[in-house]
Amino acid sequence: MIGISHYLILSGILFSIGFMGVLRRKNLLMLFFATEVMLNAVNIAFAAIGNYYGDLSGQMFAFFVIAVAASEVAVGLGLLIVLYKKYGSLDLDVIATMKG
Amino acid sequence: MYEVIAFYIFAISTVVLFGITAMSKNVLYAMTSLAAGMVMISGFFFLLGADFLGVVQLIVYVGAVMALYSFAMMFFDSTKDIKEKHGHPALVFLLGGLMALVFVVIFSAPIIGENMEALYPIVDGVGNAQAVGMVLFTKYLVPFEVAAIMLLVAMIAGIILAGKKMDKSLTTTVIEENPEDEILKESR
Amino acid sequence: METLVYIALFAPFVGSLFAGLFFARSPKNIIVGIVNPALIFISFLASVALAFHVAEFGEIHVKMMDWISVGNLSIPFGFIVDEVSVTMMVVVTLVSTVVHIYSNGYMDHDKSFNRFFSYLSAFVFSMMILVMSDNFAGLFIGWEGVGVCSWLLIGFWYHKKDVTPDINPAISPSYAANEAFIMNRIADLGMLVGIFLIYWNVGSLQYDVVFDKLPHLTDGLLVSIAIALFIGAMGKSAQFPLHTWLTDAMEGPTPVSALIHAATMVTAGVFLVIRANPLYGLDAVQGVSYFIAALGTFVAFYAASMALVNRDLKRIIAYSTLSQLGYMFAAAGLGAYWIALFHLAAHAFFKALLFLGAGNVMHAMDDELDLFKMGGLKKVMRGTYIYMGVASLALAGIPPLAGYFTKDAIIETAFNEGTYILWFVLVLTAGLTAFYSFRQVFLTFEGEERYKKLGFHPHEMYKYVLVALSPLAILAIVAGWFQGSFHEFIISLLPDYEMSHHTHHNAWWLGLLVLAFAVSGIVIAYIKYAQKGEKAFKQDAEVENGFLYKLLMNQYYVPYFYVEFIVKPYTIISEKFWAIDKAVVDGTVDMIAKVLYRTGDKTRSMQNGNLSSYLNWMGAGALLLILAAAVSAVMG
Repeated sequence: MIGISHYLILSGILFSIGFMGVLRRKNLLMLFFATEVMLNAVNIAFAAIGNYYGDLSGQMFAFFVIAVAASEVAVGLGLLIVLYKKYGSLDLDVIATMKG
Repeated sequence: MYEVIAFYIFAISTVVLFGITAMSKNVLYAMTSLAAGMVMISGFFFLLGADFLGVVQLIVYVGAVMALYSFAMMFFDSTKDIKEKHGHPALVFLLGGLMALVFVVIFSAPIIGENMEALYPIVDGVGNAQAVGMVLFTKYLVPFEVAAIMLLVAMIAGIILAGKKMDKSLTTTVIEENPEDEILKESR
Repeated sequence: METLVYIALFAPFVGSLFAGLFFARSPKNIIVGIVNPALIFISFLASVALAFHVAEFGEIHVKMMDWISVGNLSIPFGFIVDEVSVTMMVVVTLVSTVVHIYSNGYMDHDKSFNRFFSYLSAFVFSMMILVMSDNFAGLFIGWEGVGVCSWLLIGFWYHKKDVTPDINPAISPSYAANEAFIMNRIADLGMLVGIFLIYWNVGSLQYDVVFDKLPHLTDGLLVSIAIALFIGAMGKSAQFPLHTWLTDAMEGPTPVSALIHAATMVTAGVFLVIRANPLYGLDAVQGVSYFIAALGTFVAFYAASMALVNRDLKRIIAYSTLSQLGYMFAAAGLGAYWIALFHLAAHAFFKALLFLGAGNVMHAMDDELDLFKMGGLKKVMRGTYIYMGVASLALAGIPPLAGYFTKDAIIETAFNEGTYILWFVLVLTAGLTAFYSFRQVFLTFEGEERYKKLGFHPHEMYKYVLVALSPLAILAIVAGWFQGSFHEFIISLLPDYEMSHHTHHNAWWLGLLVLAFAVSGIVIAYIKYAQKGEKAFKQDAEVENGFLYKLLMNQYYVPYFYVEFIVKPYTIISEKFWAIDKAVVDGTVDMIAKVLYRTGDKTRSMQNGNLSSYLNWMGAGALLLILAAAVSAVMG
């Protein structure tokens, strides 16, 4: 039988994949993809826990996470375009302007 | 039994697809696998009885978000392979692996929470979409409205940020000598 | 009446603030020279009015405000004006007024004129707090206040360079100021211990409460308190072995010497013993009281002996101050508190006069202090000669001047108590006193005019200064005549002291004996130092190389002993500790700083501007946090 642990472990694994992607990606667009992976991983966990406790709150949270992710993509992509106009690249190694 | 089979199919496919997303050098592959992975995720939602959420996942993520990404990909010259310098690949895998290990250890630990009670229990005999609608428009009304405003703001922001000088090609124009001055001029 | 108390107390404070706040950076301002003496004079008038009030209606006790109120400890800013404190107030403010006016003339050409008046008034204010406070804490504030002000005033000419002790035994004004301050600090520790003991065992610092409860304390405790308080008094009143600062304090401007080191601050110790007479009068502490008397007698003789050979005009007067303080302690130690207070008051008048006269001479002789370079000054400085002559006569105890009544009473007390050794030493010292004071007067004003060869052009002090000194001169003459009324006035507070029948019987020849000593001292001084022509005084190399002369000239080698056996070993120890301090304490602190600096330097490369590497760091941090949360969840 599939219990909550299964879902949570899967969620953890997916989250870690996204995490790893965030860490290793230098291209900003690809970095965005990795964050989406992380968000989706968390959504699974919310839905699973909500189901386990018979509570709709988990689904609600997942719902709002999707809304946030959508707006994040809209704004983020706009910023990416501005960045690309300015530097002609999306590589973080190229746009390293915040050197201390 | 079917649930077990379905879970493992979805699980393996999401892990593989997201793995491709995280590792691939090609933007197109990465994006396609991401979209496919999200479809698989919606499968989990259906498995968990969150039908409405699954549908939203399909519409918003696979439909809207991925469409945005594909448009964005078209703006940038992303057809060729992306060159990335990976300074410390071992470190990244170590961190990611450790993260996975920690989560797995934490979540596989026996969950003690028997005394927890559902705040908004799922009502029998009512469809999921109906139940979600009732909760969403009663208890979560204010966050829902706030989310709506947030989406509006995001939309406007996206249009303004991306919409400037759309007549110029992003990939072929020569970069100005002093791009910062240019931007300053624009902002005035 | 309460208003008068506050006027008397705060007028000097207002003066100090006036000079200090408004004129601190401006050049000499005559307004300061007028306003400050006027304010002190107002304070004096208020004190006199209070004195009459006290004589008629008794003491005034006011409580201005609560100062410290913590748990069981309650120390108010309270002031008491009774017979003892009002006597002190009148003496202090009178001498201060004269000194303030005098300073106008003396500090005429000094560029720090305003600063001087600010310090001087602040000193008077501190002294008023000291004498008026109704508790030991307030007394201690005044005690420290006069200490600070004396430090400021002794070191007033702080810009003078250090010289070797051969040229100037005090080295420099700033050195002398530090010496005075540090010596007083040592003594103040004793005083503090005494105050703590009182509070610990009585639970209050109010005089009346403390003195009421004293008889209930154990003998050992009483003796400890008496000793601790007396150590404080020893420092302020420069009793052996803490006496060296007083002569070195002559480095300060002369009005300061007159005000602080003759009339007011140095008498604070005597005042403390008089104020604490219920303690020192107890049977249990008779030993301590006798020790005070013995030490006072010793200092009287010891200081007088050093004054015999000294050539420095001001130092001789300083030694004489020491000697007279010894007399006061002798009287107080023998239980004759009112006589001690009487001598204190009379001494303040003639000693201030003596100092201010010496200041006139200094002013005339371009700050020259060597008596052997003066002589015959009476022609140009008649007024000063008269003043110093009168003051010296009073000091020597020639009737009918003030010193005769007061000092004679002390000597009689010693006889009355049956302490014949003390009595004999005091009588002998009276002779020495007469000798050294007239040696000084004759060397300065009589005999050959030695200064002419050295190219000095002395001139008399301003007229108004001489006029301003006249109250002191008059008081130096007449103060003693009021012995009877003062006795009546003061014994309502202080224990009465009456001579026994036996002493009364012998009083006439005792007085004659003292007088004989004094007169013979003056005569010897005249024969030796006042002649002209062939018999005129000449320096005698043979005598000056003699052991006794050298011993006295070097102050019994006490300063030398202090330098060799206290200052130098202390310096060596300090240097050792400094090295340890640098290695251990500074080392630790520096190490923390270095570690932080190096960590910062190394981790600076973290901030390379690359968002990706930031993300990596953030990921590592997040992982650490999650690990910590997991571990704590497992542990907890």
